[in-house]
Amino acid sequence: MKLVQILGTGCAKCEKLKHNAEQAVSQAGVEAMVEKITDINVITGFGVMMTPALAIDGEVKSVGKLLSPEEIQELLA
Amino acid sequence: MAENETKPSACCACGTAPKLIFSCSGAADVGHVSDLAARKLTREGAGKMFCLAGIGGRVSGILQTTKAASKILAIDGCPLDCTRKSLEEADIQEFEHLRLTDLGMEKGQTPVNDESVEKVVTASQKRLAC
Repeated sequence: MKLVQILGTGCAKCEKLKHNAEQAVSQAGVEAMVEKITDINVITGFGVMMTPALAIDGEVKSVGKLLSPEEIQELLA
Repeated sequence: MAENETKPSACCACGTAPKLIFSCSGAADVGHVSDLAARKLTREGAGKMFCLAGIGGRVSGILQTTKAASKILAIDGCPLDCTRKSLEEADIQEFEHLRLTDLGMEKGQTPVNDESVEKVVTASQKRLAC
């Protein structure tokens, strides 16, 4: 099972990215869990200095962007 | 936390993307000055010092954050240009570059003091401002 992590402190963009990630997982039909991380210390622990960010299985794939469900699907492939 | 340490912090992309500063932080006197200047620039709010080792180590969060920066300043102490080369090897091509030896500082002959640091800070501020 893949782990999709949304790194963000809770602004509208972060929430939207989580929604898009959930949609991407559903559309791609992959087994994945979407997790939201809001703790700033955990976020900076990834080396991320700008949110929203998205990580898959611990690897940061995107920073500072609101990815579409289609873009996230490509990352999940 | 010591006064000269930089504290990592994240900002929301709803605001402006940060300006990132990488210094070679090398073992020589000019590397030391580059490091102190990057930390001072961070304290003064001109940009945020970021970890060059993370670029070399291909740490995904550091690479992606760097690629999302609004501006990048690479500070090298000497013509070996380790900072510039590290960024380029990581496929980061767009950045401002400052070399301390181009400011008249000689490797092995540069005092690590406030005057040297201020000279680098002033030159860096010009590159970060535009």
